[in-house]
Amino acid sequence: MIQVEHLTKHYGPKVAIDDVSFSVAKGEVLAFLGPNGAGKTTAMRILTASMPATSGSVRVAGYDCFDQPREVKHAIGYLPEVPPLYTEMTVSEYLTFVGRIKGIEPERLSSALDRTLEQLSLGEVRGRLIANLSRGFQQRVGLAQALIHDPPVLILDEPTVGLDPKQIIEIRQLIKALAGSHTIILSTHILPEATAVAQRVVIIHEGRIVAEDSQDQLSTRLRRSEKVSLTLKHPPPDARERLQTLPGVLSVHQEGPATFLVEAELGHDLRDDLARFAVRNDWGLLELTLVTMTLEDVFLRLTQHEEGVEAQS
Amino acid sequence: MSPVGAIVRKELRSYFVSPIAYVVASVFLLLIGLLSFLAVATASNRSLQMLRGQGNLPELNLNEIVFRPVFYNMAVVLLLVVPILTMRLFAEEKKLKTMELLMTSPVTVTDIVMGKFFAAFAVFAGLLALTAVGPLALAPFAPFRWEPILTAYLGVLLMGGLFLSAGILASSLTENQIIAVILSFGVLLLFWLFAWAGQVFAESVFGKVLTYLSPLDHFDHMVKGLVTTSDLVYFAAGIVFALFLTHRVVESQRWR
Repeated sequence: MIQVEHLTKHYGPKVAIDDVSFSVAKGEVLAFLGPNGAGKTTAMRILTASMPATSGSVRVAGYDCFDQPREVKHAIGYLPEVPPLYTEMTVSEYLTFVGRIKGIEPERLSSALDRTLEQLSLGEVRGRLIANLSRGFQQRVGLAQALIHDPPVLILDEPTVGLDPKQIIEIRQLIKALAGSHTIILSTHILPEATAVAQRVVIIHEGRIVAEDSQDQLSTRLRRSEKVSLTLKHPPPDARERLQTLPGVLSVHQEGPATFLVEAELGHDLRDDLARFAVRNDWGLLELTLVTMTLEDVFLRLTQHEEGVEAQS
Repeated sequence: MSPVGAIVRKELRSYFVSPIAYVVASVFLLLIGLLSFLAVATASNRSLQMLRGQGNLPELNLNEIVFRPVFYNMAVVLLLVVPILTMRLFAEEKKLKTMELLMTSPVTVTDIVMGKFFAAFAVFAGLLALTAVGPLALAPFAPFRWEPILTAYLGVLLMGGLFLSAGILASSLTENQIIAVILSFGVLLLFWLFAWAGQVFAESVFGKVLTYLSPLDHFDHMVKGLVTTSDLVYFAAGIVFALFLTHRVVESQRWR
């Protein structure tokens, strides 16, 4: 549904996007992840055919972003970081205007408006001025303007920024509900957001893609050892040293009074050995968990690695 | 509905839900009303003086002593009022980040610029139509020729269009409405003063160019009842050029 090949964007001497390539399949949700200033918004704008690129090609729903911008704009619903709202309008007036400029035929406009209001549960506020709505409702109206012409592709730039936790959950649920029937690209600098809604993650750092995969695959690929967290009821004072003697154990760190982080060689699952060892010694086994890399770990490792490479060069 | 139609409708709505259109209309009509009253009162006084002096009711040319000064003064009022009508058109869109909605929708920059121009022009034309109350009210009481009044209205309409397009250009350059209003007022005043500068350098080609560039001479012809192709071309070219520059400014912002 979306193919980006060797996309580069310069702002004068500054390189905002540097030879970026990726693709998104129909119905897939892709998270575009990166710190502030990584080039996410620039990439989003190029994808919406509202900003020209310096080089490379972008195709959305079979149309070329540079040669067929009008067709691309018909195929895309875009929610920018700041929802583009005319606050002096009511929700209905605003969505009707958006429907008109998105090219919905007059006879279909009313049904498109009703469908979108229902889809985003905005029916109760349809007659209210946008200025008087809560931030969460305003964000929904922003999402509604992206959906009113029922585009196959949705591009959402930081869709939950500035919302309270309840509103964040609501917006994420909405995005999840839209997945499948829409191809979604979501940009965010909030890592849990990517794990909450996306099937695949593209990590962008200083304009370049540093990783692209599912979160599980990324953590598997970047993992250098197996880690197990062990919590005991009454560990002896020398528990750390005794755990260290188990075969395959690389290191043991005491994380709390009775919690240990045991690191083993890659591919060596220690949980069974640790369980037996704790029970045999009557230490009172309370918890045994395999520690996986969080997206934060993946992200930090990738961006720190990049910085390290740059420092060396 | 065409994209231009949708934008015109949205802009017209914006004018009338904010106090801008009402304040501008009130000030404009109050000033024009007052100027018209003063012109009629002056003509009336002069008529009385001539009646006393000559003993019979003189034939006064109302076109010359009433309507012409009113139209000249109307142009000055436009200089102050039009920048207020145009200041928010692009500046507010940029400030509120709604420009991104327009730029990511399947509408062209030309649609956006034309939609905004037509909406502002419609509001302005509506205001101008309300000033027709003056000549209509005077018609039953005094004879005058309608043709010069109609050509003068055409002149005001065209000069207003030129001012509006310059104001839209100023608005596209900034996201601050105050800067937009000052910028458009400054540019309009500068072109206004070209007529004066043209008189200073009257003998040179430079002076002739300055005089041609100023809207005053072209407007003057129309107020006097003359409609020449040269004047029509001046206003049409000025409007198209300012709107073209606006188009380029908006288009260039896509690159930044």
